[in-house]
Order: sequence, then structure tokens, then C-alpha cells
Amino acid sequence: MTFRFMVNGSAVEVAATGSRRLLDVLREDLALTGTKEGCGEGECGACSVLIDGAVVDACLVPVSQADGTSVRTVEGLAPDGGLSILQQAFLETGGAQCGICTPGMLIAGEAFLASGAEPSDENIREAIAGNLCRCTGYTKIIDAIALAAERSSPR
Amino acid sequence: MERPGLTTRTSPPGLTEPRVLPDEASPLVIPVDAPDAVPGRIRPPDPLRREGPAKLTGTAKYTDDLVFPGAWFGATIRSTQPHARLLGIELDEAFDWSQVVLVTADDIPGENIVSLIDDDQPVLVPVGGEIRHQAEACALVACADRAMLRAARLHVRLRTERLPAVFDPLESKLEFAHYTVEHGDAAGAMKDASLVIEGTYRVGHQEQLYIENQAMIAVPREDGGVTVHGSLQCPYYVHKAMKRALAMGDELAVVVQEETGGGFGGKEEYPSVIALHAALLALKCGKPVRMIYDRHEDISATTKRHPAVVRYRSGVSATGELLAQEIEVIMDGGAYCTLTPVVLSRGTLHAGGPYRCENVRITGRAMATNTPPNGAFRGFGAPQTEFAAEMQINRIAEALDSSPLDLRRRWVYRVGDTTPTGQVLRESVGGTDVLEAASEAASFERRHAQTQAMREARTDGARTASGIGLALAWHGAGFTGSGEVKLASVASIELTDDGRIRILTASTEMGQGTKTIFPQLAAEALGVEPDEVDIAPQDTSIVPDSGPTVASRTAMVVGGLVIRAAEKLRARVEERTGRPFADSYRDAGPMRIDEQFTPYPGVPFDDKKYRGDAYPAFGWACAVAAVDVDLDTAEVTVRECVSADDIGTVIHRVLAEGQVEGGTLQAVGYATIEEMKLVDGRYLNDRLATYLIPTSLDAPRIKAILVEKPFSGAPHGAKGVGELPMDVAAPAVVAAIHDATGIWIHDLPATPERILAAMTGADPPPPPGVSAEEPTPRTPPIEDLPAGGDQMPFRAPTDPPQDRDREDAS
Repeated sequence: MTFRFMVNGSAVEVAATGSRRLLDVLREDLALTGTKEGCGEGECGACSVLIDGAVVDACLVPVSQADGTSVRTVEGLAPDGGLSILQQAFLETGGAQCGICTPGMLIAGEAFLASGAEPSDENIREAIAGNLCRCTGYTKIIDAIALAAERSSPR
Repeated sequence: MERPGLTTRTSPPGLTEPRVLPDEASPLVIPVDAPDAVPGRIRPPDPLRREGPAKLTGTAKYTDDLVFPGAWFGATIRSTQPHARLLGIELDEAFDWSQVVLVTADDIPGENIVSLIDDDQPVLVPVGGEIRHQAEACALVACADRAMLRAARLHVRLRTERLPAVFDPLESKLEFAHYTVEHGDAAGAMKDASLVIEGTYRVGHQEQLYIENQAMIAVPREDGGVTVHGSLQCPYYVHKAMKRALAMGDELAVVVQEETGGGFGGKEEYPSVIALHAALLALKCGKPVRMIYDRHEDISATTKRHPAVVRYRSGVSATGELLAQEIEVIMDGGAYCTLTPVVLSRGTLHAGGPYRCENVRITGRAMATNTPPNGAFRGFGAPQTEFAAEMQINRIAEALDSSPLDLRRRWVYRVGDTTPTGQVLRESVGGTDVLEAASEAASFERRHAQTQAMREARTDGARTASGIGLALAWHGAGFTGSGEVKLASVASIELTDDGRIRILTASTEMGQGTKTIFPQLAAEALGVEPDEVDIAPQDTSIVPDSGPTVASRTAMVVGGLVIRAAEKLRARVEERTGRPFADSYRDAGPMRIDEQFTPYPGVPFDDKKYRGDAYPAFGWACAVAAVDVDLDTAEVTVRECVSADDIGTVIHRVLAEGQVEGGTLQAVGYATIEEMKLVDGRYLNDRLATYLIPTSLDAPRIKAILVEKPFSGAPHGAKGVGELPMDVAAPAVVAAIHDATGIWIHDLPATPERILAAMTGADPPPPPGVSAEEPTPRTPPIEDLPAGGDQMPFRAPTDPPQDRDREDAS
């Protein structure tokens, strides 16, 4: 079957069985390898992407469910080869270490920033609770999201 | 191939909305709450993580992200029995094998050995050979099509004869290693003690749980060699293993480390196995072969932290001094030796804890069991034995009615003290400093008094209890004993033809910051900016053997070599040009300096007698943990954890804090929720849905305090940071649980089941780390089988449920 949807602002058309995982479509068919696979069963969040603004695990989403939607991956966060405010904050605070959870963390962080929620420690922890990190102890990831929220808010 | 790690961009790239940027002149550094320890030294701002932009934009290439046109997929046929004789490998004749390559032990061109310390582990079990654990590799298959590969796996049958299995290290007869450390007369002094505290402590397996699974791609070359690209810590360990099993010379075997998504020791020795498997398949089919483990296979087959039993007896004199320690350490090495002797050595040497004691006897033994081999994991034996040491100290404090802080203030090592190996601690002894820093930051004394008062005032109807606990640890920096001398590591720096400065080492980046701090250290020595210094890829055809990226040795040992090489390069260029290096180096090349390790000052370690300087220096750490315990469910919430760590001179504050915070959370997981359960020598919770690690909601607020007691033996004074925090948080959490509930948990993790059993007096759950027998035999008992009976059907019973169809069948 053929599925049509947007990825990072560009229209794509994918020929696949409807049950093919969105993760494999992104990584193998569209060569967007920024989205990672950590467990393949929706536990680790390394494959988090945004579908119409909602955070999903791309390993649990069949491509048929992406049909007609707008998908955003880590490759779509940075403007013109630079870094987004959130990415810059991760770089400065040390929110990325080995980097394998980072794309998913950024997606969860981006959704949190877009929600406009109060960037409290508690709220940020809740927002990234579906994304496992084994390197950082989460402290600097939380610092990064809080810093990005501060920089994003109007003065 | 793109090599994002080589990006030299270290200044912030442009943002879309520059109005929200902080002042460009003062880049944000978070959090700087401690002054620089070296007086008068003006530190330039730490560079940003070098490969950070690539990781943050998704362009960093991890092994599974690499594309090799025409590559096949490889898979491993594993034993499903803990101990058996392999009688035959049979292929289902009904299956079409024409598109599939099968590799058995007969295809190994060199020795059938995974080269490491001992030569006991085969690359593949040969027919007639002994299967020693549930996940043991017996054959390999590869195929261009993943669906066909999956089908092929199910049509390979291992014919086996089951043998009796041993799961408890205390019952094992096969020993991998043993050590004895003797200092004074422990048995004699124990008789004079006015207080003797005894305890037996058990810890189980812990999974490294790097988020990137093990991954390797082998590419056959026209010259007959193989290049492997993989997720790994130690390129030259893999190189050595390939040379031996594939019968290749230095140049034919090439190992390239790709971006590595976490290691924590788990990618120290296992990558040799998966590299050999991928290379054997690639040599046979003539195509690149991808071996990318899924999470189930990774947890099932790869190494874990060694389970241990530690029996401890401490004697205290009438005047309140630590008079004697008698300690017995038994570790479970699993089925093969791997790195077990070295893990046991470090565990044995750290078992006394960071305390002055004139009479110590420590014995360590590592035993074989029919479980998957255990191996390196952050801390490398020390977290196991130091948990026991800290439990003892906290229990002694309770028995003496002393504050756990005051007791440590009295007993902690100071400059001039002697360790059980006879090592005199001459300098860089930060035990007291970290103790004071952590306890003050956490207001330990005040809060400890509060929680004790709360415990005394608690009524039967109370639903939660709060507690605070403290622990102290030491961690030897770099390789144990004569290890660094034997390694004789080399690090190089060169001026290239095109006027660039380039560092060449085999030290890998796996998130800890190698690629950021090496250019930083070299730049400081050369008087240039960090982004003027490149770092060569970790490719054995390019870089020298700088030793493995383990043992917290990269910053201290290899970083020290980088500095010395840079200093020599600078002197040579300035001598030749008569101008400052920064102004003249671009035209001065090509030129290369190879710097080899020379021993640190001190008393050489005697590997036979276990006397002398076990480590060139020690790191010191103190953790204070605050917990809430639900008195109905015994669920533990770790609310807060402060870790103060003396790591010598801090090279890069943000990266070093990241190590302390991450190591602390791994230790909190070790203390509370992380436990592998086994039946018949097989891991039961071999998925992320069942082996739990802390999420952001489970994680306490972690405060890292860096204490700097520079080590003069290293040119920059650094002692290493990676492992130290892993040693100390677990006993602090268990002390906090005791403070809340009044009960001591002797086995890790301190699960609700163990806490409830201790609170109610019910039978405790089985000890951690020991496999249960198979409850209902999956196969008939051996005596009921005809000789050479088939024990495995063609459909493997343990095929992973998540191994779902990933093919595009349209």
C-alpha cells in the first residue's frame, strides 16, 4: 500500500505494508537515522517522534497510522543546520552524554515546551518519564529543558 | 563515510532567535558553585561537548545507522540449556538453505578462542564440545533477507545431552581466581575486640543497560582482511581477539569504533565475541554482515555485574578503634573467565573500605557457574564489596550508639596511613573532605536527628517513614597493581601535512567526554584553542594502542600521555622555529610525538604477595541519600542524593558532574530495583519491560559536589571519575532505609519483598544472583532419553516475542 504523510515539513510517499513500523520507515526507507531503537517494545522512548504534535514511540506505530499526519523527528528540530533553543540548552548544560536517548529526549522536551506548562522540576520529570537515559541521572536533561523554557519565554 | 565525531565546531552555532541568547562574552556554564581549586590558575571556559551538535541533530552515526550496500544480516544460534554436551548441529532438510550461510566452529580459521585473560571461552561451541550456559553461541547464520534469516534460525537444531548444572557459586568446584590480602594479625586482634559485628551480604547481577544495544558490522576486504565497525570501548581488545581467532596479522584485522551509545563496562569484552561472529559470517558469505542485537538478545547473552557474597567480621577495641577486619569475598564469574580475575582483584582490594585498620585479612575467590559470563560494569567489583564494608560501618555505628558521620570522621584514611597491601597514602587523600562536603550540603546531622526522633515518635497507624543515610567509598584510579606497566599504553600527537594538530589515541568516546577533554588538555599544553586540535578516529589502522577505555583511566592515564606528548611537540616546534607554538605550528609539520606510559612514583605492586601500591592514587566519595518508605507496601522512594567526589583536578566541570550524577543513579537502581532473576541459569526478566531501570520519576534530585585533591603523579592532577560514584550511593540508600524503618537489608536490591520480609519476620525472598532450578522440566529427564536424544525441537521455545516482522513485504 502507499501511505502519504508529512515528515519534517516535507511530503513523503511510502510504499509499505500497513503493519511496517514507522520506525523502520523513517530509518530505512527515508534514511532518517536520528530516531533510534532501544528496545522495540515501547519502554525506552529512544524512538520518540511527534505525530501531529503528540509524542509517540515509533516502534509501536504502524505506518498506516501515520497516513495523513505530520511527523516530526530530531532531524526536523534544528533550523537551517544550526541548533534549536532546546538543542543549544542540551549542549550547554550537558544534557547529552552518549547521545542515544537524546533524539527521543529532545522530542519529549519539544512537546513539553510547546505545551506551555510551567517548567518546574516535577513537570519536566513527568514529561520525560517515558524516555530512559542511562548516562545522566536526568539532572542535566531537566536543567536543559528548564533553561530552554526560560529562553523561549517572552521577556 | 561521515564522521561526525570529527567536527571541530565547539562554539555555539547560530540560533534562530538570537534575542534570547545570553551575553556572548560569558557563555552560560551551569552550575558553578565551587571555586577553582588551583590557586592563581585562570581557567578558560570549558569547551562544549565536541560531538554534541552531531548527537543533538541526529546526524551522529551509530553502528546501526551505517549503510553498507549489499550487507547481509547475521544471527546467532544459542544453547537453551545451562550445561550440555553438543552432539550435533542439524539442518532441517525441508528448508531451502541455498540462500543462507551457516558458520560453525569448523569454519574458524584460527584458534577457537575469544582471547582475553584465560583461553576458556570458545567463539562457537564445537560439536562434541561443552555448552556451559543458556545463551552460549553454537552456530551462526546469515542471509540477505531478514525474514528468511529468522525462518532459517528456527530450522537449525542443536542436538545435545544435558549435564548437571551448578548455579550457586558457594557450591561450585571450579575456581577462576583467588587472592589473599594480609595486614597485621586479624584473627589474633579479633580476640581482643570488645565489640564484634558480623554480617553476610549478597548482591546480584546488574545489567549495564546502555540504551544502544550491542552492534557490529563486519566488512570483508579484497586483501583477505576484515574491518569491523562497532559499538565498543576497547578497539585493541577486539583487534587482539580477531588476530587470534581469524589467524590474521595486524594489518588484516581492522577495528573501527563508531559512535557508541553507552558502555559502562558492558562494551569492554563482549564486543570481541560479536565482532568475531560477524567477521566469520562475512568471510564465509563475502558480504558485509550486520549483527545488531535486539534488547532481548542483548540482556539474555551479554555480561552482567558479578553477583557476590561477602562475609564480614569487624572488631572494635574498647577505645573505639577499628581493630580488625576479616573479610571473605566470593564472586560468581558465570560460565567463562572473561575479566573475572581482575574484577575480583579490585573487589578484594577495596573490601576493607576507606578505613584505617592495622589487622586485616581479605580473601577473594571467584567461582564458575552455568550462567552467562559476568564481566565489567562500572566500579568493577568495588561496588559489591564496598556495599558490605559500608553496611558494617553503619551497623557498628548503631551498636556503639555513635553517629555514622562521627565514626567515619575518626576512622577514615588520612595522609600517611597504610592500606592493607602496605601502601602508604602519601597524597591526594580526600576522604575527610568529601565526608564533610556531602554531610554539610545535605545537613546530615540535623536531618538524621530529625528522622530518629520521627522514628521514635511513630505510631502504628503511620503510613510512610523518612530516613537519611550516609556512606563513604574509595576507588583506586587506573588499572590495578602492575596493570598500567604491563599495558605500556601509547598516545600520540602530530602536526599533519596541512598544518593541523591531531591527537591519536585508541581511547573511545561513549558519552563520558574523551573527545572533548583530550583536545582541551592538548590545547592548554600547546597554548592554542581546543578547536585547533583534531582527534583521529578510533580505528586500529590509524591510532596506537592506548589501552582499553575502562577503569576510569582515560582522563588520568591517557590524558596525562596526551599532555606530555603535547608538551614535547610544543618544545620541538618552538626550538625549531624560534617562535611561540601557536604562531608557528601551521608550517612546522609533519611531525609526530609518540608518548609511552612510564610508571607513577611509588612502590611497585607485587602481584603474587598482594603487597605494595595497588593504585597510583585513590578517588574518594561520600553520598548522603534521603528516602521515604511506604510502610504498607515497603516501596522505597529515593528523594534526594548528594554525592561529593574527590576526583583530583577537575578537567571539565559539566562533564565530570555528569559522570557523578549518572553513576549515582545507576547505584540507586542497584540499591532499589535492578535485579536479574534466573531460572535454570537463564535470565527471566530479559526485556526492558521486566528489567527496570530508574526513570526520571524514580530518580532522586542528585547534587554532585566536585572536590579537588590533585594527584601529583599525573601532569594535570586528575584521578578519574567514571566509577567512583557507583561505589557509594547504594549503601547510603540502604542506610537511609534503616534510618526510616529500623531494619537492615543485607541483600541488594532492597526490594519491597525483602523489606517487608525483614519488617514482618516473614521468610525472605531467595538471595539475589542465584538461579532457581527449572520448575517444570521443559524436556524429559536425562535418564528417560535414549542416548543422544533430541532435546530441542526445530521451533526454538525461547524465540523472542519482540522479534516481530520488520520486513516490507509489499
